[in-house]
Amino acid sequence: MYRTIFIGMTGLLGFAAMAAATTPLPTQSQPGHSAIQRGLYLVKAGDCAACHTADGGKPFAGGRAVPTPFGVIYSTNITPDKDTGIGKWTEAGLYRAMHSGIDRQGNHLYPAFPYPWYTKVTPGDVRAIHAYLGTLTAVRQVDRKNKLPWPLTMRSGLAVWNKMYLKQGTFAGNANKSAPWNRGAYLVNGLGHCGACHTKKNFAGAVKTDQAFQGGMGENAFAPSLAGDMRDGLGGWTVADIVEYLKTGSNDKSSAAGPMAEVVHDSTQYLTDADLTAIGTYLKDVPRIGSKANGNEAGNNQMTQGAAVYADDCTGCHMDGGQGMAHVFPPLKGSAAIQAKKPDTIINVVLGGAAIPVTTTKPTGLKMPNFHDKLDNAQVAAVVTYIRNAWGNRASSVSAGDVADMRKQMRQKGD
Amino acid sequence: MATRLKEVDVVLVGFGLTASILAQELTDAGLQVLALERGGFRDTVPDFSTTTIQDELKYAVRHGLFEEPERETLTFRNSMDQCALPMRHLGSFLPASGAGGAAVHWNGQHWRFLPDDFVIRSHTEQRYGKKFIPENMTIQDWGVTYADLEPYYDKFDYLNGVSGQAGNIQGVIQQGGNPFEGARQRGYPNPPLKRSYPTVLFEKAAKEAGFKPFPCPASNTSRPYKNIYGVQMGECTYCGFCEWFGCGNYSKASPQTTIFPVLLKKDSFSYRTQCEVTRINLDSTGKRATGVNYVDAQGREFEQPAQIVITCAFAQHNVHLLLLSKIGKPYDPVANTGVVGRNYAYQITSAVDVFLDEILNPFMGAGALGQAIDDFNGDNFDHAPYDFIGGGYIALWTTGGRPILQHQLPEGTPKWGAGWKKALQENYLKSCSIATHGSVMSYRDSYLDLDPTWKDIYGNPLLRLTFDYHKNEHDMSNFLTDKAAVIAKAMNPRSFHPKPRKGHYSIVPYQTTHNTGGAAMGDDPRTSVVNRYLQSWDVPNLFVMGSSVFPQNAGYNPTGTIGALTYWAVDAIKNQYLKNPGPLVQV
Repeated sequence: MYRTIFIGMTGLLGFAAMAAATTPLPTQSQPGHSAIQRGLYLVKAGDCAACHTADGGKPFAGGRAVPTPFGVIYSTNITPDKDTGIGKWTEAGLYRAMHSGIDRQGNHLYPAFPYPWYTKVTPGDVRAIHAYLGTLTAVRQVDRKNKLPWPLTMRSGLAVWNKMYLKQGTFAGNANKSAPWNRGAYLVNGLGHCGACHTKKNFAGAVKTDQAFQGGMGENAFAPSLAGDMRDGLGGWTVADIVEYLKTGSNDKSSAAGPMAEVVHDSTQYLTDADLTAIGTYLKDVPRIGSKANGNEAGNNQMTQGAAVYADDCTGCHMDGGQGMAHVFPPLKGSAAIQAKKPDTIINVVLGGAAIPVTTTKPTGLKMPNFHDKLDNAQVAAVVTYIRNAWGNRASSVSAGDVADMRKQMRQKGD
Repeated sequence: MATRLKEVDVVLVGFGLTASILAQELTDAGLQVLALERGGFRDTVPDFSTTTIQDELKYAVRHGLFEEPERETLTFRNSMDQCALPMRHLGSFLPASGAGGAAVHWNGQHWRFLPDDFVIRSHTEQRYGKKFIPENMTIQDWGVTYADLEPYYDKFDYLNGVSGQAGNIQGVIQQGGNPFEGARQRGYPNPPLKRSYPTVLFEKAAKEAGFKPFPCPASNTSRPYKNIYGVQMGECTYCGFCEWFGCGNYSKASPQTTIFPVLLKKDSFSYRTQCEVTRINLDSTGKRATGVNYVDAQGREFEQPAQIVITCAFAQHNVHLLLLSKIGKPYDPVANTGVVGRNYAYQITSAVDVFLDEILNPFMGAGALGQAIDDFNGDNFDHAPYDFIGGGYIALWTTGGRPILQHQLPEGTPKWGAGWKKALQENYLKSCSIATHGSVMSYRDSYLDLDPTWKDIYGNPLLRLTFDYHKNEHDMSNFLTDKAAVIAKAMNPRSFHPKPRKGHYSIVPYQTTHNTGGAAMGDDPRTSVVNRYLQSWDVPNLFVMGSSVFPQNAGYNPTGTIGALTYWAVDAIKNQYLKNPGPLVQV
């Protein structure tokens, strides 16, 4: 019974959304408890807090700097404050923002807000999200002005961007695949917006859809391939490995670091095992595209120097053979993250340190110290090259210049 | 004028090991808990991380992690006819300062006391007669038994992830463990640490001498371990920098590696650093604590009201605070009245250095990596032929091979110059040392009180320590040293060198940080400061933690018993006191 009504409402809302641009809907009746709870879950799945809560700021009041290659965009206040938040937004208005990237006033939103993914979210889910956001404590906080160069300040240009890159449309299932696969595809390509980091982007900041999940840059980290390659993808991972990683922040193959640690902490640890299994099922089916990674081969000198740095600074935790310590420190040997196409994440971790995400199941938050003061650029380059090529690992080498670049980027971001 | 702050349910004086356990357990019971720590905050990363240098000069020689005598110290004398003088440098013992307390810089030597230790007076009188106890020896039963404490010893073992081999599980003697230990309900959470070569030689020699060697229980994890609070510890790397250093590998049990990860996330817990508690405040009846006063780093004084006050400072600091706060009757050794400051005790140690022809690689060590015999601890042997009470373990520890302080040189080696260098070079890799770790009984003339002359930076009288070794302790320690020499000889060394503890107690050279007593626990308010639940007899909403409650000291390192007593006390607070606040023991 409930289900019938729910689907009926979903259809109605879909229709309403199309009308929303012109006529606001009359105020909805109060959403029920179950809708709010569902919205809470979906807001976690969408990791909305990650961008919409500033460090030390009030929850969902925005103001967090989201660095992009084009400049800094500040997230907006999505608490129900009527003047500075989204208190006046209707469900249809929220649906239009998520579906088409257009705000209540009709302005285009920058795609730092991941509407190219959220467009896949069903109207029913948007309704639940709206219901939940309406229960947040209203915070009066005016949105910060973005730091973008002209002409990017002109939002009208985004109409062209959308025309070229936005594929609007609610998720359409694949009847040839299983229900978990479809659920996983919906979460990964919709609220999860995994491709925002794990897929390469073009000059305009749009993802290269023909390179889906083959790895890409997110902030100052390289988000590794999620495709099935054994060396630098998820080929060696089982669905259970993926579930454990997303639920707890680590498994016996890897630990989340950098932006992914936040994703686990704020988002995926809260997903049900069924949903995580669905995500795993879908990801295990992501095809590898194109040729294998080829980079500069590691030179002997760099390997020798790297081995020495490794012995001095890394063996205490990651052990002699790079095998790590089960349940404690992640292995480097055979690790896809270590052998990723681009070494940015590893350089970032060596320079800045890392913390295993704190989750309900793994509350410890073991930390790796930073080495930015202890190792110079050549030493970092050598040790990163070494761990990418020791013990049967194979990946491109790293130069001192690469490390210097990362130091610069991290300084700019304030890491 | 102290600024009055908002009341909390529980205020903890100090934020070391006992405070961390209490905070974790009492917040679980729904209370709002605040810890006031005189030192700073420290955590595994960044403070002890593998990127920091384990600098022996900074930490071991210059006391990087210890309390600063400029801020807090005590005066000392050997006997009541002497004038005590203030300690301007730490020496014989090294109390910590800062979050995690001494459990940051300890070795991890994790022992349980023997069942007989808790009933030492009644047991001794029963077995050897009343006259066996010298008149001036003031030893007394604890008011708790080993059986009472066993579940709490167990909990502390599983908090710390102790590595060891059980010797007695539910009365069944286990091969390879300590056959003299009290029955434990189950084995240790982790197997013993990997062995160092010197401990292998010790084991062989001890067996040849007819003793029963076993691996020492270690709060250094022999394998990855997830503890009772779900906190993950890593496997020890045998770096040899435990004692006086913080662990960078999440391997040595400290609040940082066992409790902080869950405790510090709780909204109901908070701590303030650089806050020195100077008084426990009482209401007009003098029977209820209203909170504490403390001074922060800016010199501002605050009054922190609380429903329950628990002193978790280092042993003698708890006693100092009780004396300054005029809680309980101060001990008077002349009139033999009062209790606060009474029954101070310590530890008596000695060593036998062993010089071999084989390479021993002493630098691969861990704070509690050792092999011991317990044949001569407590009352594990018949004392009737001897004129002393007590005993101790004899152990060979491979704690590390630090270049400045951790080496042995044969007798007759020059103190400096080319001869010294040559001897060091020849012996660094080829020497080890067998330690004896003896009990110290309590005496009428060993005590703590307020110094009549010297004051601290807050204008309060310093604590005065009056202590010396007695004949009983020297006789016992010499007996242990002789037994250690028997083992040393059986190791077939090039030479060995017994170093008995001689003469008066000296507070200058480092011995152990195992100070006990001054706020003894017991069944009788005339001879104890706290009851069997560590609750003040005089002020029922005040509890005292740590080794200050030991009525005398046993032949073991105290931390295992401190942890067990803390869990025992917090259980009583949670399950008895909170339901019916008031005295938990009626007399």
